[in-house]
Amino acid sequence: MAGLESALAHLGSIEALAARATPVHRLDPRAKLLTTGAFLATVVSFGPRQVIPLLPLALYPVALGALGDVPARPVLARLALASPFVLLVAIWNPLLDRAPALAIGGLVVSGGWLSFASILLRFCLTLGAALVLVAVTGFDATCAALGRLGAPRILVEQLLLLHRYLFVLVDEAARLLRAHALRAPEARRPGLRVAGSMLGQLLLRTLARAQRIHRAMLCRGFDGVLRRRGALRLRAVDLAFTGGWCAFFALARAVDLPRLLGGLALGAGR
Amino acid sequence: MSHHLVSAADLRFAYPDGTEALRGVSFVIHHGESVGLVGANGAGKSTLLLHLAGALLPTSGQVRVGDWPVTASTLPQIRRSLGLVFQDADDQLFMPTVGDDVAFGPLNLGLPPAEVDRCVAAALERVGAAHLRDRPSHRLSGGEKRLAAIAAVLSSSPDILVMDEPSANLDPAARRRILSLLRSFEHTKIVASHDLDLVLDVCARTIVLHEGRVAADGPSAEILADARLLEPVRLEPPLRLQACPRCGGAAR
Repeated sequence: MAGLESALAHLGSIEALAARATPVHRLDPRAKLLTTGAFLATVVSFGPRQVIPLLPLALYPVALGALGDVPARPVLARLALASPFVLLVAIWNPLLDRAPALAIGGLVVSGGWLSFASILLRFCLTLGAALVLVAVTGFDATCAALGRLGAPRILVEQLLLLHRYLFVLVDEAARLLRAHALRAPEARRPGLRVAGSMLGQLLLRTLARAQRIHRAMLCRGFDGVLRRRGALRLRAVDLAFTGGWCAFFALARAVDLPRLLGGLALGAGR
Repeated sequence: MSHHLVSAADLRFAYPDGTEALRGVSFVIHHGESVGLVGANGAGKSTLLLHLAGALLPTSGQVRVGDWPVTASTLPQIRRSLGLVFQDADDQLFMPTVGDDVAFGPLNLGLPPAEVDRCVAAALERVGAAHLRDRPSHRLSGGEKRLAAIAAVLSSSPDILVMDEPSANLDPAARRRILSLLRSFEHTKIVASHDLDLVLDVCARTIVLHEGRVAADGPSAEILADARLLEPVRLEPPLRLQACPRCGGAAR
């Protein structure tokens, strides 16, 4: 129960960062969304065993977070929260693929471990970038940008309403759990039968609320289109932001930057 | 100014499960009137309010708002002239920020952006909540949510304001604020509430609903002081019309 409520508070804390006023926050949400999209595409386009060439790409989420004054702790905490799912997927690779793929000094690394590291790194980069995007843009502005970039209207509206009512839903679930805990102090969590009926309760309450919200919307002239205030404006700095980063992603994809830099450093040392 | 008139004629409604919520309700409310709708739980107050806004349509009988009968085809006109503030503000504040929510109605009316901004600012100013404009709705206190919900309805400039339990779940200061706000509105007002002190303060006229019928309709000062009328319909006179519990003295 407490976990549920604190998860809710955490959910709001990343979003709350979007209220800051740094130059990164002031960029057009479409520019940030497109750039992050290009970043995600670049990260997933690397081969399954590539680890070192991926590293320069970390510059994007780190720079965006640093310029946007985003504290590392809440972002890292969410990465840790989601990591068990990825570990579960990645952990099979070292067991299934034991063929040696790389030798660093005397240490031989199998292909499985390489792909394990690659999956973890990609997970950190992609989720980290998405979290930083929300922290410097806000969920609502991100949705508005999605809409302006041509995402289906119904999808954008669903996302907005989902985000708005997630808090109400979790609140309702927390109240149900608290009511259960108060009347069943011995049980750490509801048994299967009780949990089933609680879930049913939650569904019925959700449906009833959805009906009331729909009525409230109709009463204020809703005709199927969720209209928003405020126009987005693309400026030169937005274009430069997107263009600059996309050029960097292309460079990082085409050239193995760590190897190049290593070679240069070694060359200079001789 | 007939478009401010609200009337119901032998209004009947049964929910799909067969529960008869309204069993022949009739009344006429004139321009500028302020009417309290009172009744025990399940008396049909909320169902009646939903009929006024056309959110439910009657099984038989008719509701008229101004020149229009409330039917599926007249809903756009009805909803331009009548604003309904819901009991649970969470049902009503569905947009990301308070400002977006207050803009929802004017945007649906097709107003130009500058005019929408003006409506939003004016409505928030009217309820004293201009500082809440950029706040996310889910982070407001109960009293702030209620103010935002009222502003969200005022921004469309309705002629008739309909409110369901405007003082429910509010602390005394927030309740006092809503009360003085309601008194300052010059709209035709219909207020459903269990808070009979509020009804006495805000509404000159009271309609008592009991089991889906109108049990009494008249001046609030008379109806709410009549304990013999209120008792059978499971209500009590407002606290300040009851004798003082400490000294036994009669109220004013």
